[in-house]
Amino acid sequence: MIRDITIGQYYPVNSIIHRLDPRVKLVGTLVFIISLFVSVRILPYLIATIFLVAVLRISKIPLKYIVKGLKSIIFLLMISVLFNLFLTEGEVIVRFFFLKITKEGLRLASFMAIRLIYLIVGSSLMTFTTTPNELTDGLEKGLSPLKAIKVPIHEISMMMSIALRFIPILIEETDKIMKAQMARGADFESGNFLKKAKSLIPLLVPLFISAFRRATDLAMAMEARCYHGGAGRTKMKPLVYKKNDMIAYGILFFYFLTMFLTKLI
Amino acid sequence: MSITIRDLSFTYSKDSVFAITALNHINLEIPDGQFIGLIGHTGSGKSTLIQHLNGLLRGTSGEILFHNKNIYDKDFNMKNLRSKVGLVFQYPEHQLFEADVFTDVCFGPKNLGLSAEQIKQRAKAALDLVGIDESYYQQSPFSLSGGQKRRVAIAGVLAMEPEVLVLDEPTAGLDPRGRDEILAEISRLHQKKHMTIILVSHSMEDIAKYVERIIVMNKGEKVYDDTPKEVFKNYQELEKMGLAAPQMSYIVRALREKGFPIDSNVTTVSEAKTEIIKVLGNGGKP
Repeated sequence: MIRDITIGQYYPVNSIIHRLDPRVKLVGTLVFIISLFVSVRILPYLIATIFLVAVLRISKIPLKYIVKGLKSIIFLLMISVLFNLFLTEGEVIVRFFFLKITKEGLRLASFMAIRLIYLIVGSSLMTFTTTPNELTDGLEKGLSPLKAIKVPIHEISMMMSIALRFIPILIEETDKIMKAQMARGADFESGNFLKKAKSLIPLLVPLFISAFRRATDLAMAMEARCYHGGAGRTKMKPLVYKKNDMIAYGILFFYFLTMFLTKLI
Repeated sequence: MSITIRDLSFTYSKDSVFAITALNHINLEIPDGQFIGLIGHTGSGKSTLIQHLNGLLRGTSGEILFHNKNIYDKDFNMKNLRSKVGLVFQYPEHQLFEADVFTDVCFGPKNLGLSAEQIKQRAKAALDLVGIDESYYQQSPFSLSGGQKRRVAIAGVLAMEPEVLVLDEPTAGLDPRGRDEILAEISRLHQKKHMTIILVSHSMEDIAKYVERIIVMNKGEKVYDDTPKEVFKNYQELEKMGLAAPQMSYIVRALREKGFPIDSNVTTVSEAKTEIIKVLGNGGKP
């Protein structure tokens, strides 16, 4: 059940995408997200689809696994689609009572749905192919110029890597506590909204307590190993760009350029 | 027959790279009133197996019968099963959540839909069984010591008055005294209430001392299922699985090798004592 949440998890297979420098993947994700907002027309979306499918194939991540991750955003997707569908002004196609579907609404809703799905697939491709450690290393190195204006980059990336590291731990813990309470007859599924919310108390209280306990334990363990922030800290495997990374940057640039050119046509 | 397991298999995260077969065609019969020890190395499938007993996990194939009724049948009452098969997880004190000890123990019986009077009665009886007296009832469960917390948590399951009690390493992380107290209480439950008990443990000494039957799991399969004496005869195979026999059997074996004519089929301290005195009674000469 709860183990099946795939969004934000690392998927361990060996592919070119997996071996890329995390900075390339971060920039790539950013470029892809921006490119989706360039315009709402068929051509750019066609290019984005080709790009996404190509990366997906190279990354060797099964499509089934990605679709499973999409399940968690269905609710969000429905809301944005419905709002766009019914609340856009324009040429009316169908009308029931006070609700109307317009041509523009239909167009906007479908683009919105595709955009949201691509956003999730694109960014989860990054987390599927990059370990949390690589990701924060990439962030730290990529953002290090900001240190000049006193942004605490090391601290931010450390916090991020701890947060990411804790996601699976807390998921597992939730699963465990849920089972323990179910063994005591707790019911998390039936009842109305209020009853459901109330039934979460036996889950949330132990979960918070355990999160705090783990946090103090971790702080203690870090101090015991003389952690004192980023100053003077070296890396065992410093990030260095390789040939493939440069090629990937080239492809990204080319992709972005084509996307912008479609706007001019 | 209280619980019958037929050809049960279970795979975590089926159909993905993370797929792990945790149980592989398990067959098991658990009669009423038995005290059973379940041992196995970490990752051998013990915890997975016991979560099947009250339907928290659903086998990918095979079936489980509770009092001859298939628990995977559509009309089977899962909630009833969970009240009849009490499951105490590892570190059960992590599930405490109420503001005071008494209310927390009431959580289980309350979920069974009993009357307020019955709930109180059961909670009190359960707390009595684990030796928590009334002076603690109004305290926050988080202010108790580790051993007390654990006993309150066990009482939380006992308050549902299960027929079968399954405990996953109930003594992990406790000091020797806390450990002995918990085990003695569990043993009392077995003797007084004739409860069927399944004890998962890493401590061969505890197992040898209390249980009448041992089930050994290794890599998702049932390897041995017999009395402690019979199982511990295979100490070399057990060691290969990352387990061991109780310390006493090693001492007795060493004594025999040195020419001391003692019965090698000894697993607990008290048995060893009797056997040694028996030999020494003959003049102590080999």
